[in-house]
Amino acid sequence: MGKVINPEEVKDYLADEQTIMVGGFMECGAPLKLIDILLAEGIKDLTLIANDTGFTDGKFGSLIVEKRARKVIASHIGLNKETGLQMNKGELEVELVPQGTLAERIRSYGAGLGGFYTPTGVGTVVEKGKNKKEINGKEYLLELPLGADIALIKAWQVDQAGNIIYSKSARNFNQVMAAAADIVIVEAEEIVPTGELDPNQIMTPGIFVDYIVDFS
Amino acid sequence: MNYLKAREKIARRVAREFEDGDLVNLGIGLPTMVADYIEDDVEIILHSENGFVGLGPAPVEGEEDKDITNAGGQPVTIKKGGAFFDSVSSFMIIRGGHLDATVLGALQVDQEGNLANWMIPGKMVPGMGGAMDLTVGARRVIVATQHVTKKGQAKILKKCNLPLTARKEVDLIVTELAVMEFTEKGLVLKEIAKGVDVEEVIKKTEAELIISEDLKEF
Repeated sequence: MGKVINPEEVKDYLADEQTIMVGGFMECGAPLKLIDILLAEGIKDLTLIANDTGFTDGKFGSLIVEKRARKVIASHIGLNKETGLQMNKGELEVELVPQGTLAERIRSYGAGLGGFYTPTGVGTVVEKGKNKKEINGKEYLLELPLGADIALIKAWQVDQAGNIIYSKSARNFNQVMAAAADIVIVEAEEIVPTGELDPNQIMTPGIFVDYIVDFS
Repeated sequence: MNYLKAREKIARRVAREFEDGDLVNLGIGLPTMVADYIEDDVEIILHSENGFVGLGPAPVEGEEDKDITNAGGQPVTIKKGGAFFDSVSSFMIIRGGHLDATVLGALQVDQEGNLANWMIPGKMVPGMGGAMDLTVGARRVIVATQHVTKKGQAKILKKCNLPLTARKEVDLIVTELAVMEFTEKGLVLKEIAKGVDVEEVIKKTEAELIISEDLKEF
């Protein structure tokens, strides 16, 4: 069964009201062509999970500017003024999560864990409503797993079996998100025949990947 | 002291806190300037929370790599011996106690060692990014900040009234006027800037200061 599909076929998997995880960090390593499809198709009422909401004039940022999201779960929204404006007007729900907690919540989901205890956020507004536990004399907060319907992942190289190598600091959240969604869709700078990548260098095994979109 | 001079003075003083081989994370803004003032015989390794160690200076124009950016999304470089990793590993380094120090800015810091630097309710809500993890995880938390706000209000308080980034985690405060260290007894004024007297520092600090018997100049 082939995983490589074309940009028309990927539209079948994207719909309003989905929870979508998007890799990238301030748009470095973000799957910009897949985001373009979300924008062009008018897909809306999304719950977006990402490190940040990008830049006001950026691609990921446009999803916010065009009001495609109902809720955002992110660690930083400061470089996209539109996110804060919509949040203050009550148009957009924003859940701010410390960056390390966000990464680990996503990892927990992908790893089948029920959550984890972290010292991050103890004594701050982050602890509100959360279970606290003292372990070896130190306070920790219980943080719960976070998964999605769809993960949009940006690879540097991917083979037709879905094995991924990421590039430099563009790896960021892509690697952990690739294990935390029902359907994992990959955009890559290069798609190569299965067997061409060195198994020793693979960062995400192809078993996590459902579809690879060929934009060539 | 004008704004630029004050920032340079702070960055220069913070730079002297590190030992050869220290792994350090510098926050965005003033903390980033610290890298420019590290002594020649000291080599520190900089951690970039978006996923690498060995953070180098900005590239020369035309040689930017779209896949190498800092935590603010700006193009940077990676030094020889550096390594890239994913966000989970990046925060294992931070939370797991593998980071010798972090340098962060402050909106407010108080005499209990509490830090507020991520939001002003109703005005500015950028999000905490990695700051909450950095303050609980780094072995030393150094706050680099101007001593008072632009309006002249104290930033070093008895009690922070803005939402906290972390509780009782700050180890050292460096301003253009003073260096203050948290000890079991309280906040100790260790050094004052040349040309500044202790009264001026006390006047501009709301927190209670213990004056070191061995007060030095910097």
